[in-house]
Amino acid sequence: MIIASLAFYLFSIIGVIAALNVIFQRNPVHCVLWLILTFFNAAGLFVLLGAEFVAMILVVVYVGAVAVLFLFVVMMLDINVTIMREGFMKYLPMGALIGIILLVELAFVFGGWTMSPAAEGLRLAPAPDMADVNNTQALGNILYTNYVYLFQASGLVLLVAMVGAIVLTLRRRPGVRKQKISEQVARRAEDTLSVVQVEVGKGLQ
Amino acid sequence: MSHLLQLITPALPEVFMAVAAMVLLLVGVFREKESTTLLTWLALAAMVVAGGLVIRSAPVTAFNGLFVVNGFTSYAKILMLVGAGLTSLLINSWAQREKTARNELPVLVMFATIGMMMMISANDLISLYVGLELQSLSLYVLAAYDRDNQRATEAGVKYFVLGALASGLLLYGSSLVYGFGGTTTFDGLATAVKAGPASLGLMIGVVFVIAGLAFKVSAVPFHMWTPDVYEGAPTPITAFFSVAPKIAGLCLFLRVLVGPFGNMIEQWQQVIIFISILSMGWGAVAALAQKNIKRLMAYSSIGHVGYALIGLVVGNEEGARGLLVYLLIYLFMNVGTFAVIMSMRVKGKNVEDISDLSGMAKNHPVMAAVLAALMFSMAGIPPLAGFLGKFYIFVAAVNAGFVWLAVVGLLASVISAVYYIRLIKIMYFDEPGTAFDAPDKLAGTLMVGCGVLMLVIFVLPSSLVDSAQAAARALFLG
Amino acid sequence: MEILLQEYLPILIFIGIAFGLALVIVIASLIAGPSRPDPEKTSAYECGFEAFDDARTRFDVRFYLVSILFIIFDLEVAFLFPWAVSLGKIGVFGFWSMMVFLGVLTIGFIYEWKKGALEWE
Repeated sequence: MIIASLAFYLFSIIGVIAALNVIFQRNPVHCVLWLILTFFNAAGLFVLLGAEFVAMILVVVYVGAVAVLFLFVVMMLDINVTIMREGFMKYLPMGALIGIILLVELAFVFGGWTMSPAAEGLRLAPAPDMADVNNTQALGNILYTNYVYLFQASGLVLLVAMVGAIVLTLRRRPGVRKQKISEQVARRAEDTLSVVQVEVGKGLQ
Repeated sequence: MSHLLQLITPALPEVFMAVAAMVLLLVGVFREKESTTLLTWLALAAMVVAGGLVIRSAPVTAFNGLFVVNGFTSYAKILMLVGAGLTSLLINSWAQREKTARNELPVLVMFATIGMMMMISANDLISLYVGLELQSLSLYVLAAYDRDNQRATEAGVKYFVLGALASGLLLYGSSLVYGFGGTTTFDGLATAVKAGPASLGLMIGVVFVIAGLAFKVSAVPFHMWTPDVYEGAPTPITAFFSVAPKIAGLCLFLRVLVGPFGNMIEQWQQVIIFISILSMGWGAVAALAQKNIKRLMAYSSIGHVGYALIGLVVGNEEGARGLLVYLLIYLFMNVGTFAVIMSMRVKGKNVEDISDLSGMAKNHPVMAAVLAALMFSMAGIPPLAGFLGKFYIFVAAVNAGFVWLAVVGLLASVISAVYYIRLIKIMYFDEPGTAFDAPDKLAGTLMVGCGVLMLVIFVLPSSLVDSAQAAARALFLG
Repeated sequence: MEILLQEYLPILIFIGIAFGLALVIVIASLIAGPSRPDPEKTSAYECGFEAFDDARTRFDVRFYLVSILFIIFDLEVAFLFPWAVSLGKIGVFGFWSMMVFLGVLTIGFIYEWKKGALEWE
C-alpha cells in the first residue's frame, strides 16, 4: 500500500504544479499542454480511487478530444499575449475575493459535516464491491436500463451540439469547384466538343 | 411493443416532439432550398399535437422516478408551448424579412422547447440538469443565430460563457446536495430533508442551486447578461427568450424549492426574498435610464421575475397560484409587446430607440393603442390583466403575513410605472418622427390579439384562475 | 481495491522507467555531447532568408468544426464501452436502448453529411 500512497503524492504534486502552470504560463499554447498534463495526473488519481472508467474517459475524451479542441481554438483566436494580460491585475482583487468566499464556504461545509440521517438509506446505486463487478460494468448495468431516460436525453444534447456547431460555423465558400464524379463520368464528347470546318482566311466566328 | 409503449407513455409529448424535431431536421437538410416557413408551420403543428398530448397525459412518475407528470407540469408545459409557438411564428416572419432564414431555425426552437418540457417534468437533479442543458445549448445557438451580425455574436458568446458558469454553480450545488442528502431524486431528498435538521452542507448546496436557477430566469444579482443578450439577439428570438425559458425556469424554481426542499422553507425563503426585492427594485430603477427599447424590456422582465418570485417566497398553494396566473399574463403581455417592437421599422430598417416611438399615435393609431394597453398592463394598472397578475401575488403575500414584501412590490411597480408611462407619453405627445412601415399581418394580428386578451382576461379571469388553482394544488399534492 | 491497484502496477513501473530514461537521455547528452553555442544555430531559418513573419498564423475556423464533430462522436463511443461490457446483463432492452441512442446520432451524422460539413472543399 505504500506504493499507492507514493503514487498518490506523485500524481497530486505534479497535478497541482501543472494546474498552476495552466494559469501562469504566458503562452496560451503552453497552457493547453500543461492542462493535458493536469488531465493525466487527475486520471492517475481516479485510478487510485478505483474509478478506472472515469480515468480512462478522462484520457480518451479530455486529453484526446477536448484538449485538442482547446489547442485549435487557441490557435484560431490568435491571442495576443500582452493584451490578454492587461486586465489581469484589474480583476485580480475581485477574483481573489470570490475565491476566498468559496473557500470559506467549503471550509464551513467540511467543518459542519453532518449528513442527513436518512442519506445512507437513500442511496440508489451504491458502488458494488470491486471484486465482483468492475467499475465499467457497474456503470453499464444501470446506465442503459434504469437511467434510459437520461441516456437518451444526453443523445439529444449531443445532437443539438452538432446542429449548433454546424449552424454557427459552416459556411459555403463561393467559387469552390468540387469534384462531382457522377457528372464527370457521365460527360460525353458530343456535349462539349464540336468540330468546325474553318474556311481559309475567315477565322472562327 | 406494448411494453415499449407503456414505457414511453408518460413522456409521450417529449418523445413526440423529439421525433418530430429530428424528422424536421432531416426534411430541412434534404429539401436543400430554404423552406423555413413550411418547417415553422410543421413545428407549430408538432407543438399543437404535443400540447394535446400534454393535456391528455395522466399524473404519473416514470423512468425510475426521474420524470414526473402532474397537473402542475401540464399547466406549465402548455403555457410554455403557447409561448414557444407564438414566438416561433414571429421568428419565421423576421427571418423571411431579413433574409436570414435557414432550415435549422425552427428545429432549434423545437429542441429548446423539448429541453424546457424536460426541465419542468424533472423529478431528479440529474434530469433537471440534462433538460436545462438541452434548453440552454439551443438558446445559446439561437442567440448567436444571426452570425454575421457582430452584436448577435457577442450576445451569443456572453450568454454562453455566463450560462456555462451558472450551469457550473448548479452542478456544484447539486453535488453538495447529493453528498449531504445521499440521493438526487426529489422524493428521496424530501425524505432526507425531513429526516433531520438541515445540515450546513445541504443548505449551501441549495443556495448554489438557487443561484444557478436565478441566473437562468435572470433574477438580480444574476441578471448581468440579460440586457446585453436581449439587445444583441434578433428581436423575435429575444421575445422567445423572454417568454418560454422564463416560464420554464420559474416553474422549475417552484418545483425544486417546494418539492424536495419544502421542509427547508425557512432557510431558502430569506434567499428568495433577497433576490425578489433586488430584482423588483433594480428592474424598476435601471429601466428608467434606458434608451433602447429591447434593453428596457430586459429590465422590465427582470422586474417581472421579481414579482413572480414573491409567489415563491410565500411558498404555499396561494402563492403558487399567484405565480402561475402571473406567468400566464406575462406571456401574452410580452408576446404582444415584442410583436410591436418587431414592427418598429423605418423604410425597411429596424429601429430600436425609444425616441423612435414618437408620434406613433398619429401614424399608427391601432399599434399605439395596443402598445399603450400592454404598457398599462405591465405597469399593473386596471382594467388590464397585468393588474390581476400582481393582485393575486400581493394578496397571497399579505395573507401569508408578508405585508411588507407586498408593500415593497407596490413601491417597485409605482417606480416602474414611470417608464412604462413614459413610453406612452412619447407615443402620444411627442413631436412625430418618421412613420414606421406598416406592420406585417402576423405581427399585427398577434399584437392586437394580445392587447385584446389583456382586457378579456381582466373581465373574465375565473377559468384561468381556476386552472392555475388546480395546477397549484397538484404541485402541493406531490 | 488492492487487486485493482496491483493490476495497474506495471503501468506505474512503465511510467517510472519512461521518466528515468528521459532524464538519463537528457542529462547524458548534456554531459557527453559537445557544446558550442552560437546564436545563428537557434535562429529561425526560412529557405535561406530571415523569417518573414510570425509562425503563429490564425487557424481556419473549419478546424474547429471538424474537432467539435469529432468530440461528439468521441463521447458517443465513450458510451459504448460500458454498454459492451455489460451487454450480457442488460439484455434486449439495453441493446435497443443503445440502438436508439445511436439512431439519434446517426440522424445527426446524416444531417452533417448532407449539409457538407464533412467536406473540406
